[in-house]
Amino acid sequence: MAADRTASAPTALTQATGATRGTIGESTLRPDGTLKVTGEFAYSSDLWHEDMLWGFTLRSPYAHAAIRSIDTAGALALPGVYAVLTHDDLPAETHYGLEIHDQPVLAKDRVRYHGEPVAIVAADHPETARRAAARIAVEYEELPLVVDEATATAPGAPLLHPGRRDHHAAHVPHPNIVHRQPVLRGDVAAARARADVVVRRDYEVGMQDQAFLGPESGLAVPAEDGGVDLYIATQWLHVDRDQLAPVLGLPADKVRLTLSGVGGAFGAREDLSMQAHACLLALRTGKPVKIVYNRYESFFGHVHRHPARLTYEHGASRDGTLLYVQCRIVLDGGAYASSSPAVVGNAASLSIGPYVVENVDVEAIALYSNNPPCGAMRGFGAVQACFAYEAQMDAVAAELGLDPVEFRQRNAMSQGAAMPTGQLVDSPAPVAELLRRVKALPMPPERAWEAAGGPVDVRALPGGLSNTTHGESVVRGVGYAVGIKNVGFSEGFDDYSTARIRLEVIGGEPVALVHTAMAEVGQGGVTVHAQIARTELGVDRVTIHPADTRVGSAGSTSASRQTYMTGGAVKHTCEAAREEVLRRGRERFGASHPAWAEPARLRLADGKVVTDGGEVIGDLAGILGEEAIDLEREFRHRPTEPFDLRTGQGFGHVQYSFCAHRAVVEVDTELGLVKVVELAAAQDVGKAINPLSVVGQIQGGSTQGLGLAVMEEIVVSADGARVRNPSFTDYLIPTILDTPAMPVDVLELADDNAPYGLRGVGEAPTLSSTPAVVAAIRAATGLPLKRVPVRPEHLTGT
Amino acid sequence: MRVNITVNGRPYEADDVWEGESLLYVLRERMGLPGSKNACEQGECGSCTVRLDGVPVCACLVAAGQAEGREVVTVEGLADHARQRSAKPAGAVCPGEPEAGHPGKPEVGGLVEPETGRPGEPDTARRAEPGTGRPVGPDVARPVEPGLGHPGEPETARPRRPGSSRPGQVVAPLAPVQQAFIDAGAVQCGFCTPGLLVAADELLERTPDPSDADIREALSGNLCRCTGYEKILDAVRLAAARTGKAV
Repeated sequence: MAADRTASAPTALTQATGATRGTIGESTLRPDGTLKVTGEFAYSSDLWHEDMLWGFTLRSPYAHAAIRSIDTAGALALPGVYAVLTHDDLPAETHYGLEIHDQPVLAKDRVRYHGEPVAIVAADHPETARRAAARIAVEYEELPLVVDEATATAPGAPLLHPGRRDHHAAHVPHPNIVHRQPVLRGDVAAARARADVVVRRDYEVGMQDQAFLGPESGLAVPAEDGGVDLYIATQWLHVDRDQLAPVLGLPADKVRLTLSGVGGAFGAREDLSMQAHACLLALRTGKPVKIVYNRYESFFGHVHRHPARLTYEHGASRDGTLLYVQCRIVLDGGAYASSSPAVVGNAASLSIGPYVVENVDVEAIALYSNNPPCGAMRGFGAVQACFAYEAQMDAVAAELGLDPVEFRQRNAMSQGAAMPTGQLVDSPAPVAELLRRVKALPMPPERAWEAAGGPVDVRALPGGLSNTTHGESVVRGVGYAVGIKNVGFSEGFDDYSTARIRLEVIGGEPVALVHTAMAEVGQGGVTVHAQIARTELGVDRVTIHPADTRVGSAGSTSASRQTYMTGGAVKHTCEAAREEVLRRGRERFGASHPAWAEPARLRLADGKVVTDGGEVIGDLAGILGEEAIDLEREFRHRPTEPFDLRTGQGFGHVQYSFCAHRAVVEVDTELGLVKVVELAAAQDVGKAINPLSVVGQIQGGSTQGLGLAVMEEIVVSADGARVRNPSFTDYLIPTILDTPAMPVDVLELADDNAPYGLRGVGEAPTLSSTPAVVAAIRAATGLPLKRVPVRPEHLTGT
Repeated sequence: MRVNITVNGRPYEADDVWEGESLLYVLRERMGLPGSKNACEQGECGSCTVRLDGVPVCACLVAAGQAEGREVVTVEGLADHARQRSAKPAGAVCPGEPEAGHPGKPEVGGLVEPETGRPGEPDTARRAEPGTGRPVGPDVARPVEPGLGHPGEPETARPRRPGSSRPGQVVAPLAPVQQAFIDAGAVQCGFCTPGLLVAADELLERTPDPSDADIREALSGNLCRCTGYEKILDAVRLAAARTGKAV
């Protein structure tokens, strides 16, 4: 009874009819749409279990301090409290991490960032847990701070992780540098001597937050076998499990994860947050434990986008040819490594953008510091670089007296071009064409606020309903940008995904069950998987099994990779299932038609076996009979290789994706208020498996880039490295009033290496939208604007 | 304390409510109605938007005691609310209103058909679905008997929604704005969706044919991080167009 009412259950999804049952290339509707619009979709924060407890985390108020003592007696004395755990209570491994296991489950004798977990509480009411945590007495002694490159590498600088033994420790120039990746090509000094125009500038990118709406949350249920079942919102179930099992002191098969409803991710759910804490409390108390962060805690509970300082020097000849790029990118990784090494690899290898440049000298590093840990966010190292190189492209074009779009097109890469890493781009790279398309779009009408002929509609003006202007001092500007993003995991990582397909007859009708561990975080993978299964197996009914660790890993829902990778795994396994259907058909009916002997000529469609001539020679339900086909297969993309640690050369990325933006802004130059009027995008997606979802990804990514351009930044205090704005009151993300019309032009130039020719979609639009918006503000104001987000005071000089 | 609230037309009673609990907490954790979402609990994101005596409010900012004796509409009751509204004008026809005695005709667009009469799903799927039933008035401190003190608890009183892969399920029609969000691709992760739906439905109640500026103004208190809002605008326009055509 109790188990039946556990509200922790993700639901298997079966699509109904009509527009919800499409094949690839159709705008099939989401199978979870109805659950999501009725409020019945169970997100990780909605879970409930009979007799469950609530967990709460005590966090450090200091960015860098020694812990002298922790006294939990006051918390334990509070009625309703079931457990209080500190570092000393950990049963097994005490650290975890995505690549480097440097993050303490609970701080031991030192905290390294503001908000680091120190103790955890389980109680019978969330408020009781909060109050108990407040009664834990922790004695801290503040330590000197590392906050930037200068303090990180100064003589005698405190080491964030003394005695490092990770695989980057040997090659970094200082132990407070997580990873360093140079990329060297050609002869920059010689090219500089030939250059007619040289532009050298410094840029800065603020710390952006993913700000997904569904807070970190989950429910850990202790199991009778001594293991634990965790219902969780994450991006990668298996890598969570692989980090959790050693911390819990359990074999991996006793740590079972099931994906709960995920309220957005954008990179922030790649690292563990409350997973280990909930499991530890559940195993300690023997009761189910739910942890839900509120928004304040969420800002401390996940990594952010690396803030960056970038120095770029571009040299060009008078005819508009880029001769060289020299740049240095310093990313602040904060207190723990998270995915900083991979972010460095991306920033370095994609640092000059989608351009052909023969001479390149790049250095990218990530620091350890006492700032908040930074890791994955949509765009992953390519966002910071794109803001800088696109600002440079405008600046060089201006020096040359060239149109900025024309200058970009003149230097744009195309298929066959070499990256600075030496890798040849062996699939379409329509950079110039994407720029042409966004430029060719009609401009939004001028002075829309007076379009109706009646009174001024302030809603169309910068400042909006604040009624700060009726058009006075409002200036329009237009800006362009284009970017390049890698798709999938790079640098030699064994990137694979797994799919299980069960094909059987139910009620006389063939039905496909698709079982993967893919984290559906909103992107629509569940829709796409059903479309692929229908396409490959010719069935109408497809059920999407809840994602869990009972099937092989799907890899992460990140790096724009899931449609390619788990979509590819579903396709690959469906193909194997189809082969089995045809084998069984040949066995039983082979004599009835000669085409059975040539399976390459046969396909499955509408529940039938059909020849390439369109002749029906078999019936899927009849071939399957009572015996289901149940297969699990892995899918890999072609291998990549690590970048050389000295030269950055190597076949590092499996695929590239490209997006271009045109931004039109109106700026109230007196008040420094910006209204983005239109943000047009053109992107090559290879093949739009679901066009509606593709456009949704491009618009959503563009909006996050807009947010970085004009409003989003986690502000860390200069004196204490403390987060000053951990709320949606003070950390602003775009509302519907801040977000403009976003026309989208989708190209489909197939990548022959990828399933269906598709190209990962999710991240590229996040890159170029930021520099396009800032270029438009520069055009409107004439200001150099070398930092994002652009704030009113940057425009008014006040 | 004890709190009595009429939620989605049904009387609810919650016992042992701590005075500091919000209406959102009581809806989600004590009444088994987690549709209203907890994205910020600071009144900034709108994901917990409900109607309180008809007025859209952030349920996270309303103390549970303030809702005593009042009427609340949540996303779970939005379809009923829209149906009752459209039934009010004499002779008005609600698009897709189910004919008497026929469960589950699709409300708009004919995109969602019930799978009545279909046999069960594959065994594996059914086993993997330990049930999405919400608890009935869970009380963490003192568990109560299911159903006690919660007359007309929606989970037991109402048919299952489509999409949950249950055999022979009965499909409840959606409000026009709900169907339009699905059809327009306005739902990605969906966490903002319940609050947006309540807000958009309230807009369409006030302003059946809103301009884009009206829509943006009405929804400016609802954050969405996935869609960039374009498809949400499309959805509200679509719902307005469909409702307008039907009337």
